[in-house]
Amino acid sequence: MTTEATHRPPLKSRFLDRLKNGKLIPVATICLIIITVWYIGAVYLNSTMQIERFERAKTDWTFSQLVSATLSQDRPLLPAPHQVMAEINKTVFQKNITSKRSLVFHASVTLSSTLLGFIAGTLLGVLLAVGIVHVTSLEKSLMPWIISSQTIPILAIAPMVVVVLGAIGLKGLVPKAIISMYLSFFPVTISMVKGLRSPRIMEIDLMRTYRASIWQTLIMLRLPASLPFLFTGLKIAVAASLVGAIVGELPTGAQAGLGARLLAGSYYGQTIQIWSALIVASILAGGLVSIVGWIESKVLKHMGLAESSGTS
Amino acid sequence: MSSPNVKQNDQAVVDINELSLTFKTPDGPVYALSDVNLTVNSGDFVSFIGPSGCGKTTLLRVIADLEKSTSGTISINGKTPEQARLDRSYGYVFQAPALYPWRNVEKNVTLPLEVMGIDKTERHKRAAKYLDLVNLTGFEKKYPWHLSGGMQQRASIARALCFDPDLLLMDEPFGALDEIVRDHLNEQLLDLWSKTKKTIVFVTHSIPEAVFLSTHIVVMSPRPGRIIDIIETQFSADRTLDIRETPEFIAIAHRVREGLLKGHHDDD
Repeated sequence: MTTEATHRPPLKSRFLDRLKNGKLIPVATICLIIITVWYIGAVYLNSTMQIERFERAKTDWTFSQLVSATLSQDRPLLPAPHQVMAEINKTVFQKNITSKRSLVFHASVTLSSTLLGFIAGTLLGVLLAVGIVHVTSLEKSLMPWIISSQTIPILAIAPMVVVVLGAIGLKGLVPKAIISMYLSFFPVTISMVKGLRSPRIMEIDLMRTYRASIWQTLIMLRLPASLPFLFTGLKIAVAASLVGAIVGELPTGAQAGLGARLLAGSYYGQTIQIWSALIVASILAGGLVSIVGWIESKVLKHMGLAESSGTS
Repeated sequence: MSSPNVKQNDQAVVDINELSLTFKTPDGPVYALSDVNLTVNSGDFVSFIGPSGCGKTTLLRVIADLEKSTSGTISINGKTPEQARLDRSYGYVFQAPALYPWRNVEKNVTLPLEVMGIDKTERHKRAAKYLDLVNLTGFEKKYPWHLSGGMQQRASIARALCFDPDLLLMDEPFGALDEIVRDHLNEQLLDLWSKTKKTIVFVTHSIPEAVFLSTHIVVMSPRPGRIIDIIETQFSADRTLDIRETPEFIAIAHRVREGLLKGHHDDD
């Protein structure tokens, strides 16, 4: 640690080192490829309609005119990246965030039910896992239900949840959060069961020789041992939670949220709006997963687990 | 010093009579232990030696109440093994250090004290005392992965000692370590035993280790696991590894080897 601090290489060579060894170049390369393919796809998919338009207007057109026209349609089949970026810029940065036309407003609506559902799903998942690990009959009775719960398509369940909860007066955030919870508890339960069972027999026998109670064994051994497994589950759960929140917004009559933007966009053929909502949703998902990953690295480092998990 | 075969007396820490243990497996019963008779007196250093599968670890686990015997009687300080475990009568050292990687050395050593609800100041004091005893002072805040295998096993011995049990059960604690580290730890363990006056039951498959450390060597043979010889040694308490060159040492090592070979012939 101290040697690293005293023998720091000059700034320029450190930057070059990071460029050479870091993720920047591979990530940038893939981005470039995706954007290129996207542009080619946009020209190709939008050209049929554009050629028809040219012919209806009886105008002559060159290839370069065709390309520039396909990339600036109002309602293209596939909008070009710069059109989506312009829309995102307009709806994220140029609008008042309380406005119904602001994507920040819609993203925050989705985010709040995502987080509520994620927290509820995590609690439920951990509780189920603790129960399953300690009570054999719970494993036998609950596990088949837990697994089959995930085989039912969420699109089929979501409208029912929204309608049924709406009938008893629950509207807005809670029904969407419940759908998020429904999707997110599963990875938490599965990873947590595995984590709680990860201590070796020797480590459990050790607690037995101290006459540790089940509770003490849980707190001092099983829970700390399960944390690396839990975080793996949490990363999947938070992304699933976002999907749940968006799906939950589809049947609500498209009032607010990224799901609502997707639905409204498809009603009116606003493909640019759909794509910008999609991009914002994936940025949100990436951000949420990164935050969980960041907390994971901090927690595991604090527990002294970061290095040992790397070597074992 | 009394012989281990003397019938139960006030000093008997472990008293085992006609003990057998059979594991039921899908392939039929496995006779892990058969008609074991053994008395361990206070202050003894008793080693179980034998080839893999002779039930030496199983016998230690029965004493620790980690396995239940099928028949026969066993008492620890005059109590059932379960009661002795509940009274925290023994410290157990496993084949691997089994330190919890998220706890630093001090917190690993004081884990049993934390389970017992002993307060923080006392825990800190005991950690200092027992880490000093195993020569690990200065490593309190290190995590297990900072330590070598030998140091980890020393930390696990400190953990077994820190609640001051009279009986120490050790299951091949140095089996995974190299010869040089093992020799060194054998000397340290002997020193620790004479300082603390603990009763130690020690499982090993190394003849020199058993002869060097023990007051009584229990030679076991497999299928079914049984005791075929108990050898008493009379080395001075302040012996060093040099005694391994002496005729007395070689004679005892020879008798242990003979016993092990006999057990093997019976098996073939």
